[in-house]
Amino acid sequence: MSTEAEQAVIHVRINGEAAQLPAGASCADVLARLGITEQRRLAVERNEQIVPRSRLAEQELADGDRIEVIQAIGGG
Amino acid sequence: MPHRDPLVIAGREYHSRLLVGTGKYRDLEQAGAAIEASGAEIVTIALRRSNIGQDPDAPNLLDAVPPERYTLLPNTAGCYTVKDALRTCRLARELLDGHNLVKLEVIGDERTLYPDVGATLEAAEQLVAEGFEVMAYTSDDPIAARRLEEIGCVAVMPLAAPIGSGLGIQNSYNLLEIVERLEVPVIVDAGVGTASDVAVAMEHGCDAVLLNTAIAGADDPVLMASAMRKGVEAGREAYRAGRIPKRRHAAASSPQAGTFFE
Repeated sequence: MSTEAEQAVIHVRINGEAAQLPAGASCADVLARLGITEQRRLAVERNEQIVPRSRLAEQELADGDRIEVIQAIGGG
Repeated sequence: MPHRDPLVIAGREYHSRLLVGTGKYRDLEQAGAAIEASGAEIVTIALRRSNIGQDPDAPNLLDAVPPERYTLLPNTAGCYTVKDALRTCRLARELLDGHNLVKLEVIGDERTLYPDVGATLEAAEQLVAEGFEVMAYTSDDPIAARRLEEIGCVAVMPLAAPIGSGLGIQNSYNLLEIVERLEVPVIVDAGVGTASDVAVAMEHGCDAVLLNTAIAGADDPVLMASAMRKGVEAGREAYRAGRIPKRRHAAASSPQAGTFFE
């Protein structure tokens, strides 16, 4: 049986990097953790599905989730 | 007096027939200045992972090319599969608040960066079904171009030569065939090197030209952007004016009659 301490965190990948988040964290918490305050010029994917900007705070992330935070860069 | 001659894509009118990319510039300031000098109204962007750990207040590309001023055209550059292209387009739509116009490219090979036409057709079909307005990068194959139009792409964008090669138009005959057969705008996308290449593309009857490296990679990108703008305008006017036929022998431009030497 897992201890309470183990249950308190989830292991996710954020833009390919392993990260630990407190259980119950949302995509909005991921952005806050990255120091991103301006959400307008980003798009977020959770397990290859879009998380609409208006719902970033709604979904509770799960262990093993893969989060992508995407922005515009120069390209042709 | 210039005639009213708008470029119409997906029901929207544009005055400029030059579309430019935002890649490979020294910095955002140079990109902004060159794009301004090009006169372009449609500007391509790429989507990548946000640079985690960098200053969150660092200037964003969208500050240099604000969506309020330019029609942004997110591309699927770097996508080698239908799935990756679809993901990228959906992310672009989210990023740009429901904006549906996308540049689809599904690349087949690193060496040539040629499009995988089969995968491009499949992705285009799916994107059109999802309500995207698809501008499709493709080879200079007239049959593939027609299939993309049938699928419902809002513009078909054959390459002049491989991306970034600067070789200019390599297959005039195919390009002419595509221009003559399609109703939707035909936009030469990739492979042009300098202003004359752009003018030639427009003289072929192409509706517009999309380029990036030829400006960003020039010694003076802002000056080259201005040259490209003029190349597009000159080529378009020449096309509309109707050039004289080529002939092997001379045809005097001064009258033969009325000379006063016996």
